[in-house]
Amino acid sequence: MHELSIISGMFDILEEKAREHHAKNIIRVTIKVGKLSGAVPDLLESAFDTYKEGTLAAEARLEIVSLPVKVKCTTCSREFTPEQYIFICPGCSSTDLKVLEGMDLFIEKIEFEV
Amino acid sequence: MEKKELIVRENILGSNKKVAQEIRAKLAGRGVLCVNLMSAPGAGKTSLLEKMAEKLAPAHAMAVIEGDVETERDAERIRAKGIPAWQIVTGGECHLEARMIGKLFGGLPEKLDFLFIENIGNLICPASFDLGEHLRCVLVSSPEGDDKVKKYPEAFLTSDCLLITKSDLIPYLIFDPERVKKEALELNPKLRIFILSSFKDQGLDDFVAFLVERRKELATGHA
Repeated sequence: MHELSIISGMFDILEEKAREHHAKNIIRVTIKVGKLSGAVPDLLESAFDTYKEGTLAAEARLEIVSLPVKVKCTTCSREFTPEQYIFICPGCSSTDLKVLEGMDLFIEKIEFEV
Repeated sequence: MEKKELIVRENILGSNKKVAQEIRAKLAGRGVLCVNLMSAPGAGKTSLLEKMAEKLAPAHAMAVIEGDVETERDAERIRAKGIPAWQIVTGGECHLEARMIGKLFGGLPEKLDFLFIENIGNLICPASFDLGEHLRCVLVSSPEGDDKVKKYPEAFLTSDCLLITKSDLIPYLIFDPERVKKEALELNPKLRIFILSSFKDQGLDDFVAFLVERRKELATGHA
């Protein structure tokens, strides 16, 4: 259960952005969560609801967009989502792949009132 | 009040990553290879480090940072082998973060070749946090079963090495090391795999030779 750490890191960014833009309060936060980011969306929501009390985001909603894993084959440039966690290019069988997305967590968008 | 929408696209773990990158660069500059050991509780991380103290330390300077939810027990075991060790007690937190390592930085010995970080026993959360290591090793011990790789994909996907530990017990268990290897390589074809027993001293010399080689590559900028 490291979702509280993740949400705490997210609030560092939220507070910085809110200050920069003189926000009175935050109404919605959209995050993108990679399937292999190791974070569980339901737990992120619970952690967000716990953490937001007493902050500018006290009334905010958290929207979570799940990102599938997407990789690109560096040999034949094919882009695909590995099935059953098999990281082998279905086109040319190369194992030289670059993960494009699905490993990370991003704050996509913040909506606030000024 | 006016509503505004701000597109951010910022990595939530970006600040941990930044601290980790600073640690990695500083250690590389000093010629220190940093190894992050991750596994479920009881997979044999501390026993492996005790063997490293015997096999690696005579010729190389090593130090250990131990992460645990409670107690100083692991650091005490390492110190008993004559190796400097620091214990991070997280008091409930399930993983280590780069800042925790950064705080200990000033206390590291002047002469150091290898810094091992034993992460909290947990195959899930530690995988998301870069600690500034040059080499990430995930351990799976034979009593855990041979079906763990695809149940905890992030740990294997983000690692450089897979250490199959307690190999001396394999004859007594329903555990097929070939299945573990196959599934691990499907997930991460770049994994280096070692089959080890700390108790019976199997495979350890190969792993030590690999670590020494990786440190040389670090010094020449190829790691």
